[in-house]
Amino acid sequence: MRLISGLDRPERGRIVIESAETDARGSRLAFVFQEPRLLPWRSVLDNVALPLELAGVSREEARRRARAPLDEVELGDALDRYPDQLSGGMKMRVSIARALVTEPLLLLLDEPFAALDELTRQRLDERLRALWQKRRLTVIFVTHSLSEAAFLAERALVMSKRPGRIVLDRASELGPERSAALRTSVPFVAETAALYEALEAHGSA
Amino acid sequence: MAQPNRAGFRAAAPPALSFLLGLFVWELGVRALGVPVFLLPPPSAIASATFAERALLAGSLVTTAEGALAGFALSLVLGTLAGVVLSLSRWIERAFYPYALFLQTVPIVAIAPLLVLWFGPGLRAVAVSAFIVSVFPIVASTLSGLRGVDPALADLFKLYGARRADSVLKLRLPSAIPSMATGWKVAAGLSVIGAIVGEFVAGFAEGRAGLGITVLAAYRQLRTDLMFGAVLLAALLGLLLFALVTLVGNWLLRRLRAV
Repeated sequence: MRLISGLDRPERGRIVIESAETDARGSRLAFVFQEPRLLPWRSVLDNVALPLELAGVSREEARRRARAPLDEVELGDALDRYPDQLSGGMKMRVSIARALVTEPLLLLLDEPFAALDELTRQRLDERLRALWQKRRLTVIFVTHSLSEAAFLAERALVMSKRPGRIVLDRASELGPERSAALRTSVPFVAETAALYEALEAHGSA
Repeated sequence: MAQPNRAGFRAAAPPALSFLLGLFVWELGVRALGVPVFLLPPPSAIASATFAERALLAGSLVTTAEGALAGFALSLVLGTLAGVVLSLSRWIERAFYPYALFLQTVPIVAIAPLLVLWFGPGLRAVAVSAFIVSVFPIVASTLSGLRGVDPALADLFKLYGARRADSVLKLRLPSAIPSMATGWKVAAGLSVIGAIVGEFVAGFAEGRAGLGITVLAAYRQLRTDLMFGAVLLAALLGLLLFALVTLVGNWLLRRLRAV
């Protein structure tokens, strides 16, 4: 993830996005980290406006444009709150809104919901699917949860532990419409089982 | 409301009692042992001398406060600026930090005459003396605050291609405030000490004498009671400045949600 985002440089090989070498500066990608990484002294609205400000957009314009992604994650009524007044799930939604504000073509999420409770995590997964369908951006999502992977993925890559190699590259057989009800269906269980078998076969967890 | 008041009383009562008891023992002891007033005046003599000379002492207090405040303000501006510049690169830090450290270690009493030579007697030399004594804590606390920024947030700024100015103003300075506020508090108390030392040497100018001069003058006349009064006022001035800076610092920290 750090290599794709340009935060680290590859020792060998190259990473090419849209036929351009990766470079953090000016590329249309956004990163949602494991933790929300919000600035505690900035309100929700100002946190989401930050990437635009850093790109040279004026403060007023950035604040104006930050409202839409906050509406998308249903935080339109919490604009003036501060991170210490939000729940874990809400902070993560602010973090996602901040990632969306620059209208990225590529969205990287590194175990974004790992620290949240199961129910919140499922809600956020559903929301993320909906966002993806609406915006048609490319999403790379890292998770340790097989059911989360099965629920979200169009294409699932399973990586083994040390050495980190891709041991499975599977196109999901679940359709594009994924509601909460899907989680208890037979195809979903089958999808999860396929990922599980690949992991098991390569002796990692 | 009774509960917090009672808690406040419980916090304030022990030091107040010990203070009163101390004064009582002091007063009685000095009188009983017949200690000469010029060696150790009783609290009552100090109080009455301070009251009798209130016009002189008030003028001295204002003069010293001006010198200390001017020096402290100079430290705030130049010290913070220096901290920011030093934080920009390790190279700059290595090249210039030793000079900041030098200001901390140089004995102010020894170079105070030099300040008088350079800046002339009076407020300017006093302010520079206060500045020299109080600037280092501000440089050091600014520098360590700016350096101690959360690497995760630094990554975020890097990811969005933040310019250096943005990353200083929007990330590093706000993160540094808790550390800087500590430096301000230390510097506030030190600036009064620096001003008094400056006055000892830079002395009496423009017809105005600060607390340092008043202490010296009282000493030469063996007015020990007046000396105590002036020293007490100097300590109170330092305390007042400290309290003021603490209030401002806490307000800022609350605004930045750092507490």
